[in-house]
Amino acid sequence: MLPIRFRRLAAAAAVAVVGVGALAACGSGGDDEASSGPVKLRFLSLAWQKESLQANKDLVAKWNSEHPDIQVEYVQGDWNSVHDQLLTSFEGGDAPDIVHYEASSIGEFSKQGYLADLKDLIPADLKGQIDQGVWDTTTFDGQVTGVPFLLESQVVIANKKLLDAAGVTVPAADAGWTWDEFQANAQKLTKSGQYGVAWALKSPTNRVLNLALNYDGKFFYTDGGKTEVKIGDAEKEIPKRIHDMLYTSKTASPEALGMSGADTLPGFFAGKYAMLPGSVSLRQQMVEQAPKDFEWVTLPPVKGLSANQAANPQTLSISADSKHKEQAAQFLSFFLNPTNMATLAKGDWLVPTGKQANEELVKLTEGKQGWDVAANSAADLTVAPFQQADGYPEWKTKYATPALQQYFANKITLDQLAAQLVDGGKQVLR
Amino acid sequence: MLGKPSRTGRALQYLALAAYLVFLGFPLVWLLSTAFKPPRELVQLHPALIPSNPTFQNFVQAFTEQELGRAAWNSLQVSLASAVLTVLVAMPASYALARFKSKLGTVALGWVLLSQLFPFVLLIIPIFLVLRQAGLANSHAGLILIYVVWALPFALWMLQGFVRNIPRELEEAASVDGASRLQTLRRVVFPLLAPGLVATALFSFISAWNEFFFALVLIKTPELQTLPVALARFVGIEGTARLGPLAAGSLLATLPSLVFFAFMQRRLSSGSLAGAVKG
Repeated sequence: MLPIRFRRLAAAAAVAVVGVGALAACGSGGDDEASSGPVKLRFLSLAWQKESLQANKDLVAKWNSEHPDIQVEYVQGDWNSVHDQLLTSFEGGDAPDIVHYEASSIGEFSKQGYLADLKDLIPADLKGQIDQGVWDTTTFDGQVTGVPFLLESQVVIANKKLLDAAGVTVPAADAGWTWDEFQANAQKLTKSGQYGVAWALKSPTNRVLNLALNYDGKFFYTDGGKTEVKIGDAEKEIPKRIHDMLYTSKTASPEALGMSGADTLPGFFAGKYAMLPGSVSLRQQMVEQAPKDFEWVTLPPVKGLSANQAANPQTLSISADSKHKEQAAQFLSFFLNPTNMATLAKGDWLVPTGKQANEELVKLTEGKQGWDVAANSAADLTVAPFQQADGYPEWKTKYATPALQQYFANKITLDQLAAQLVDGGKQVLR
Repeated sequence: MLGKPSRTGRALQYLALAAYLVFLGFPLVWLLSTAFKPPRELVQLHPALIPSNPTFQNFVQAFTEQELGRAAWNSLQVSLASAVLTVLVAMPASYALARFKSKLGTVALGWVLLSQLFPFVLLIIPIFLVLRQAGLANSHAGLILIYVVWALPFALWMLQGFVRNIPRELEEAASVDGASRLQTLRRVVFPLLAPGLVATALFSFISAWNEFFFALVLIKTPELQTLPVALARFVGIEGTARLGPLAAGSLLATLPSLVFFAFMQRRLSSGSLAGAVKG
């Protein structure tokens, strides 16, 4: 005889198998829709912050209640695995109708024909709301395959009390410091046990290439259909200035080099660092996590020859395989109308691409908590050559990030950095 | 013969054991601590192990925003079914592989090993297409099928080792006593194989419980998604995470594995064979 316990286990197993089989059968399928029923659209969203998530869900619910004939199913994805998820879905012919992603990543899918050209699908008023420079970030081989709707600019978050104590005046939202002024003020803010700046450079490539536009540093140059990496004085300027702050003036904390933006917050709140260059979205952590008596302020982007930065907006696209492209475009027009776009931007602490949405947001927030600075920074965001380069992701991972990390760790010289970046370009862009 | 350890030796043994336990347990304790911390305490320069103002807010957020309860229930069903099916398939197969010597058995074991060499990314799209063709994409049944197939090679290797450890003499003795092969299997082999079956079930359960990528790619309907997929949504761009809700959700996600292990671990003891063929 089998032991009683063993028999119970076997019985439980059998029940589980049958039960799950039945449940699986109940839950499976369901893709097909009745031809007479409402149009069903699947919307893959990457919203993940609490407020943003709620805003997305609320807007979808509102649409669904107002449009019983076009129902949108909200499906949440996540930023870290969305590329593989989408690739599999596109290959398998089962992609969501509406896809949330970012400009620098949709190029690959656009070139493979997975995303619909939106030129004739989106209304003129939505087109007119967004600057052409931003539309350029989602235009590939003449096709517009994403509606850019949220922008992330690089600003500086500062400890107000430390600025006051050092006699450093907060600049107006439209009058940011030059790099020379920024470095001089970092010097004023550096003393024993306190650094003027914490450069969080765990993933330095995007940051450096974004800021390089301040000095017109393009890194990727295309001539006669051939793209190559070139490093001249313009490209060297930003890495050199950051390196100087780390090792010459010693106004930047070396310990922050291996950190991500959020990792620097404990030191920032404790007064170890006076300024944090970072994304406008860092303001959310300030609001949620700063100690109650902590005063922080958002400083405008630092300027070189210009305040230009690379724009890598979040985008909404329509799958080329979607059977309901027009309905999906109608949903996008609703979802991204100025008021809704402002709501979405507020939820993610990012900058809306639409001019009216930007104005509404500043009005709504009265420009507080850095919204005035965020709104102003939108004008300087533009497409950068690296965003259109096919081999950029590989170049970034294999060559640029390790080389920049070595340079910022003072292990190689600026010329060696340049040589490694150029060599990497030759490997990837053959 | 080994002598009795001295007091100092025993103390050092306990010290080493305690250090090992701390090493193993600390991440879980830290997770527990983080799950109860309010946002401001998560960014202290010198973080404390015990929260100053413990809160359930992270749990509330985790459950209200991502429907973790439903995701956990889905994971539980899928993991239990995967564990049961893996054991049911691996049990007879491993017995055959261990007991019947033939070229086919050697080839089969080699193939099982070889199948583990295929890169994961190479398989995902074909698997997706096959399941879609079979109407099993976007269903728990498809996910269970993948998990069983995924766990089987290791389960077979592990379980056939357990079968080999059961002395043949026991089966021969049962046969001499008049038991048929089926009776021998039911009354002698399978009870002795219990620790191996439990280990296999644990392995399959935990693999399925933690699995993320297949669940992400195969399941489209939010109501069917599993816990790892739901938890991933607390991580944002470039690894920035909402630590509080993530820790709260992760803490809850570790509990079923711990409970399942606690329930099953007694069966892992394999002392029942001691002395079986002595004399």
